[in-house]
Amino acid sequence: MSEYIIQVENLVKKYGQLAAVNDISFGVESGEIFGFLGPNGAGKTTTINILCTLARPTSGKATLDGYDVVKQQNQVRQSIGLVFQDSSLDDRLTGLHNLRFHAMVYNVPKSVRDERIEQVLRMVDLWDKRKNFVRTYSGGMKRRLELARGLLHYPKVLFLDEPTLGLDPQTRNYIWDYILDLRKREGTTIFLTTHYMDEAEKANRIAIIDHGKLVAMDTPAKLKRMVARDIITVKTRDNEKAAENIRERYRTDVRKDGDTLVFDVDNGEEFLPDFISESGIKVTSISLRHPTLEDVFLKITGHEIRDEEVGDTLKEALRRGGPMRH
Amino acid sequence: MNNLIGVYTIWYRDVLRFWYDKARMFSALLFPVFFLVIFGAGLTQSIGMMAEGVDFIQFMYPGIIAMSVLMGAFMSGVSIVWDREYGFLKEVLVAPISRISVAVGRTLGSATVATIQGIMILVLAPIVDVSLTVWMVVALIPLSFLLAASMGSLGILLASRVKSTEAFQAIMQMLMFPMMFLSGVFFPMQNLPSWMSVIVKINPASYGVAAIRQVVLGNPPDSPFTITLFGHAMGIWENIGVMAAFGLVMSILAMWSFGRQE
Ligand SMILES: Nc1ncnc2c1ncn2[C@@H]1O[C@H](COP(=O)(O)OP(=O)(O)O)[C@@H](O)[C@H]1O
Ligand SMILES: [Mg+2]
Repeated sequence: MSEYIIQVENLVKKYGQLAAVNDISFGVESGEIFGFLGPNGAGKTTTINILCTLARPTSGKATLDGYDVVKQQNQVRQSIGLVFQDSSLDDRLTGLHNLRFHAMVYNVPKSVRDERIEQVLRMVDLWDKRKNFVRTYSGGMKRRLELARGLLHYPKVLFLDEPTLGLDPQTRNYIWDYILDLRKREGTTIFLTTHYMDEAEKANRIAIIDHGKLVAMDTPAKLKRMVARDIITVKTRDNEKAAENIRERYRTDVRKDGDTLVFDVDNGEEFLPDFISESGIKVTSISLRHPTLEDVFLKITGHEIRDEEVGDTLKEALRRGGPMRH
Repeated sequence: MNNLIGVYTIWYRDVLRFWYDKARMFSALLFPVFFLVIFGAGLTQSIGMMAEGVDFIQFMYPGIIAMSVLMGAFMSGVSIVWDREYGFLKEVLVAPISRISVAVGRTLGSATVATIQGIMILVLAPIVDVSLTVWMVVALIPLSFLLAASMGSLGILLASRVKSTEAFQAIMQMLMFPMMFLSGVFFPMQNLPSWMSVIVKINPASYGVAAIRQVVLGNPPDSPFTITLFGHAMGIWENIGVMAAFGLVMSILAMWSFGRQE
């Protein structure tokens, strides 16, 4: 039981009639990157709010590092770092002020305070900007500052609620480099929520959440294997013969798509060399596509996670224009 | 121990923000000057002497000090609502310090800022021809602080209940302006219509205004500025007592309410 640093049992959070989190249970292992994947409104932020003591569960139980999130709030708070979905910086003060404030309330010893502040600021490349007011920072800089702040007190668990939402691809990559590096160096457990598939791929394990329910949980690779097989597309000198060959040898359905053949196999990486050397037919092109988490999500929930993405640019515009609650 | 550091940090942030917010500092001085000049120049001549050796502008002056303090104090509630709106409140609420120390730090922080705003008005004393003594300045600091802390607790209490910024602003305006204008800042206690007299006496801010006026203008027993409660003329210590009692009740309620919020 205590091998899990976060342990959640039958957690429910109701807002009026709506069950934002509807009876979910899971465990997060120490040192792993645990991803919560789900569309907007699935209950990701609500779950984080409960785990970080900001919201009280309607029923159920959750512990973090052995501490109960309802009864031992102070211990829980000392053990966690957070990067919220929406900015939680004081933009009327400088980056440095924000970090000092954090160091003080988290009781970072005075002797190491300045050193650590410098360390995290350099890590996110904001050391040169430390004396600028946060309101002059770009969206990416604010995110990086929040990340630095979340790490300042060396938390055991770092919560990242959609850490790269609304950032450009380059900044997203940067932030991911920091996150992965951090985990390697400090062994920090990372609890991440996202509705970006490529981001979820970076997690060691993923829980898929939809309408407050946990619908699947496993490693990204296993999740994908569970629902779909690798998809192969080939073009050969003699498609007819090749198709026959494939049906016989690999026992799979082959579909013609223009001048290509499309079929799926269990293990694409093993299939490719075998097929090329054994088929005896000249292959002019061949490609392998792994199923994505998108395919997984669609298969399990019956709808696409992307549904909401259309509204993303709009949501971003709103986000920039004014603060939003969740 | 951790909670003391928490109180200190929250307090420090408030003061730091004030320090960097030159616009707020400037307007904290500008608004009262505006009142003093307009009403003073406009009314002092026609109103004549308010009491022995006290003309209208001199009468109004301590009221303006109190008004600056009140305005600063109400900011504590407003800034909590802003912090919620801009997200910083979350950083505070997940920190390993108790909600109570957050509320206390906030109250003390805005009371400090409000006191500074009130004391800044003292610069204007020569202009209105009020002579200040060291004792007055020394007495005004804790007095302003007490007034600010009491009123600030009310602001925090409201901010922990009313979550939307729009609603909070509406309530503040409905509360702040009557509290400021019906506290004897601009008129003496005597000869008021009876409905107004009742409101002024119910308004807790009046006792702070009266105490500050008693410090600045002296405290003659027959002064027309004294609040008379059930036939009893309130002395300075009695006014302070009312303030303190109100502040105590408000801060207990504020801490309780702030501690319970999600
Ligand atoms: N404070 C709240 N009051 C009422 N409803 C809420 C509140 N917070 C979240 N919800 C609702 O709960 C559901 C889950 O929200 P949330 O956890 O923010 O989703 P996600 O983070 O996965 O996008 C949504 O339908 C949202 O509208
Ligand atoms: Mg969310």
